[in-house]
Parts: sequence; C-alpha cells; structure tokens
Amino acid sequence: MKTTYREALRAALRDALERDGRVFLMGEDVGRYGGGFAVSLGLLEEFGPERIRDTPLSESGFVGAGIGAALGGMRPVVEIMTVNFSLLALDQIVNNAATLLHMSGGQFNVPLVIRMTTGAGRQLGAQHSHSLEGWYAHIPGLRILTPATLADARGMLWTALEDPDPVLIFEHGSLYNVAGELADDAGPVDIGTAAIRRPGTGVTLITYGGTLPAVLEAADQLAGEGIDAEVIDLRTCGRSTTQPSLAASAGRTGQWWWTRAGAAAASRLR
Amino acid sequence: MTAVRASQGPADADHASHLLRQMLRIRRLEEKCVELYSAARIRGFLHVYIGEEAVAAGVLEPLAAEDCVVATYREHGHALLRVSAGAILAEMYGRLEGCCRGRGGSMHLFDAATRFYGGNAIVAGGLPLAVGLALADKMSGRHRVTACFFGEGAVAEGEFHESLNLAALWQLPVLFCCENNLYAMGTALARSESQTDIALKAAGYEIPAWAVDGMDVFAVEEAARRAVDAVRSGGGPHFLELRTYRFRAHSMFDPELYREKAEVARWMERDPIRLLKDSMDAAGQLPAETWETLQADVDAEMAAGVEFAEAGTLEPVEELTRFVYSDRTPGADQAGRAAG
Ligand SMILES: Cc1ncc(C[n+]2csc(CCOP(=O)(O)OP(=O)(O)O)c2C)c(N)n1
Ligand SMILES: [Mg+2]
Repeated sequence: MKTTYREALRAALRDALERDGRVFLMGEDVGRYGGGFAVSLGLLEEFGPERIRDTPLSESGFVGAGIGAALGGMRPVVEIMTVNFSLLALDQIVNNAATLLHMSGGQFNVPLVIRMTTGAGRQLGAQHSHSLEGWYAHIPGLRILTPATLADARGMLWTALEDPDPVLIFEHGSLYNVAGELADDAGPVDIGTAAIRRPGTGVTLITYGGTLPAVLEAADQLAGEGIDAEVIDLRTCGRSTTQPSLAASAGRTGQWWWTRAGAAAASRLR
Repeated sequence: MTAVRASQGPADADHASHLLRQMLRIRRLEEKCVELYSAARIRGFLHVYIGEEAVAAGVLEPLAAEDCVVATYREHGHALLRVSAGAILAEMYGRLEGCCRGRGGSMHLFDAATRFYGGNAIVAGGLPLAVGLALADKMSGRHRVTACFFGEGAVAEGEFHESLNLAALWQLPVLFCCENNLYAMGTALARSESQTDIALKAAGYEIPAWAVDGMDVFAVEEAARRAVDAVRSGGGPHFLELRTYRFRAHSMFDPELYREKAEVARWMERDPIRLLKDSMDAAGQLPAETWETLQADVDAEMAAGVEFAEAGTLEPVEELTRFVYSDRTPGADQAGRAAG
C-alpha cells in the first residue's frame, strides 16, 4: 500500500489504541488541532477526548503524569511537540522515568512511551532544530528509537509499548512527508538491532533517522563513481541495544563512516 | 472508625491512643536514625520529620489500603505507617532486606505492596507523578485517592503549578498535602514567596483548600477525612496546607544559622505528641502504666528493627547493573511490577 511516514505513525497509534484499552495519547494539541505535525489527525474523532487527551503547555506536568499513569497500570503514549520542549520535562524523564526502577530496587518499572519530533533541515531556527537523541542515549534506564523507514514508523510503537521500561521515539521532522510502499500486513518490528538498508562491499556508511534518505542517495552517487557502499541504519541509539551487524559489516568493507543530522560532518571511524 | 472532632473535646480513648502510638513510632524511629547516623551506622542524606508527626499520622489515617501515597525525601514517617520499621531501617543500612533492596536509602523509600510511591528527592518532582497515578485511577474507574505530600518550598516550583492545574482541569482524585514547616532548607517562606498564603494559591486553581493546624493530630485527621471523602466521591482534587514546624535541622549537615533557638523552642511547646498526651491525660484517657507500656512497645519495635537491619546482607556486586532495565528474559522474576 502507498503511504507516508506520518500516516504510518498514525496507523501505529490507531492499532495500539484498538489493541489495548490501557493505551492513550496525551500531549499538546494532539486532539482538536490534530497534532503539531498532524500525526494524530482524526484520532480524536475516532477515540474520544479521554484517550486522545489535549494537555496544557506543561511538559513537566504531563510527562510526569504519563509516568504516574504508567505506574498506575496504563500504557500512555506522551507526545512532546519537539525535542527542544522536552528539555522542560527533563526532570521527569531523567529523575523519575529512567530512575524509578533502580531506586525502588526493581519494584516500579515505567512502561511509558514518549514520542517527539527531532532534527534540523526545515529552516525552523535554532530552537526548533536540535537533535538531542544522542544526549538522551546517555541516560541509563531509557531506550531510544529512531524510526527512519515507513516500516519502522509503523512497527516500532507497539514494540515500544510492550517494553517494560520507558522508551523515547524520535521522529525526524523531515521524514513526515516521505512517501513509499508499505506491506499491507506491516506490523510490530523488533527494536533491538541495526539494519542493513543497502548491502555493499567497499565502505560502510552508518546513520539513523532523518539522515538515512540522504545517505542512501549518497550511496547511489558513490555507486556511480564505482564505490559499492553498504548503508546501515542504527534504528536505535544507545546502550540498551546490541549492534552485531556493525562489526560484521566493517569486517566486510574495511572502513566505516558515521553521519547524522546535527553532526557537523561525517566522521571516519576506521 | 470513630468520627473525630478537632481537639476541643475528648475523643474516643482507643482512637486517641492509636494516633499517639503512630506519632510516637515515627518519633522513636527517627530518634534512632539520628543516633545510628551519628554512630556512622547509616550514611548519606538523612532528613528527619521530628515535630511534624501529626501531619503524616493524621492524613494517612483516613486513607484506605489501596490509596496511593507519594512523598518526599522527608518520608520516613509516612513510610512507617505502611512499611515495617525493619524494612525501612534495613534500607537505610543499604541492605538487601530493605524495602528497596538497599538501592533507595533514606530519601527513596518505596513499597509496591502498600502503594507507597516514594521517596522523591527532587523538590516538587512527586506532584506530576501523583497526578498521573490519579489519572490512571480515574480512567480505570477505580475510586482511589492519591495523597501527595510536599513541603512549602515546592510551591515555588513550576511542577507544583503544572500539577495543580492539571489535576483541577481533569478533576483527578488527588489530595495535595503541603507540609508548611516555614522553611525550605534555610529559606523562610516569606523570603521566597510573594504570596505566603498557600491555600489561597491552590484556591486560585479552583481547588478546595484549607489551612490546618498541623500540630493537632485530630484537626489534621478531621480535615483529611473530609478531603479524602470528597476526593473519593468524585469531588476532584483537594488541598490541605498543614501548618507545622521541623524541630531538628534540615538534614544532618545543617548548622541552623537561619533561625533563632527561641523560635524553635516556642514551636516545641506545641509538640504534637505532647499536645495529644496532655489532652489525653486531662481527659483521664492515659493511665501512667498505659503510657509506660506504649513507650516500651514502641522502643521494642525499633530495637527489633535495628537488629533486623544490622543482620541484613549487602547486595552482591554481580547484581549492580540489575534494575537499570527490566529483566527481559521470558518469565524473568522481576522484584515487582507496575500494577493497576
Ligand atoms: C529541585 C530541587 N532543588 C533543590 C533541592 C535541594 N533541596 C533539598 S530539600 C530543599 C528544601 C525544600 O523545602 P520544602 O519543600 O519546604 O521541604 P522541607 O525540607 O521543609 O520538608 C532543597 C532546596 C532539591 N532537592 N530539588
Ligand atoms: Mg519546608
């Protein structure tokens, strides 16, 4: 089926809301407005204001409420309009969501999903363009997902909701309009490993999220110059992930380059 | 449970002695903590509640077992009304037998079994959590109350305002309990707030709010019962400003440069335990031997708690990274699970 990244995210939300009565979406303008980036457009009409819950401009308040609701047995999906605004909720994300399981000696896990837009490249100015997923990946207790493809946009949410610990999903703003084919039966995907998006033998290009389309384009250009590039999409950032495909790929190609939106340039790793 | 009026008249003797016991348990536990701290048996931060016992004892009394409690780093007293002295002391000793396997310590007491949600050491950090617990209850159609304790220092934080607004907007079953002991570390209320009437601030969010004499356990209990009943029956959030005073230093590192000894002495004349004991004496409700027995019982409970903690074991080093993430192996035995 023909779809877009935005529609795939919406299909994932709809699927989760239909599957599990404990799931609800909460955030600024997710309801009446239809979502700051129109991801939740139409869901209010389908699921009602209890489950598509507009919040005041209180990032710390509603992220904390999401944590409390998760402790209370719900499966909240909290939308923060952009990663920049998540900084106002850092206390709740770091001191509570990421830390409660440890502090309580394993008694209180926090099955919370937080979605937010990340990334630059849309001429939105400095305060709406940061890519802070790398930062968040440094916090023990959090899982960081960066869906770059339609299948991941469609499939990562349910897997994240089934995770017993807090999961942050970073949706790159430049991906929302990306269109393409998605299998009719597309569903939950594994969130533990990197994926080879283009096999090659000459060089390994590692990236994630919004930079994937550009890197795939670069690989095509390199092919024109006789260099066969392998492109790896990390899919997740940080320590809670195993990345066996990276070492294997580097073993095959002999050199790695790493790039992401927000980094000044690509860096050669080996 | 007997309905209890404010302290003008004698209350039911059994109930009064129950409250006296609860407050005395908290007092003796913390006196023990200070002693153990001074002897370097326990380490880290230690914030005692001595002087404020009527607040925890009075508010927790009308709560049902399934009601949630969210508290601060000054939470030994609230915890003791739900968790055993042994489990609390073992936690302070950093022992596996502690209520958080020694991971939490004095400021992070948690107990899933009795719905005790901490133990939050970020000023005002517990308020949004309480709002969320109440949201889950409301969305699930459960008639529970979440009691959320915080100091008057939290009132200056954004999370206080965000939480009151959300709770009022969504009519959530939260009982906000502001423990106004007049100081946030060394900062007196009047030096940090343009408006020092805290109940008035809550009323600004359309939340029914009362200021209560936090040294009078009956007054606290009565106000709490009224508020808990209203919250449970769908009346939305309620707010109590409990006017109290901490008799000891903020923590074990505080030289108390910011207040006069005479001020402390004045407040100690309204020691909540002594107030209740005096009123029971006056009403002939507390024969000398009853008082002796009560003290001996409580002392024995704390001594047993210390013994339990001392005999505790340390978590093996191999388990150090456990509980950073949940154990994902299928069928893994998590110590506890988030539950409805
Ligand atoms: C957000 C935050 N800022 C500062 C501190 C350091 N601190 C710990 S307790 C405290 C005073 C809090 O006073 P209050 O809320 O009145 O509670 P009390 O200690 O009087 O019970 C401060 C400033 C902290 N723990 N959290
Ligand atoms: Mg205070």
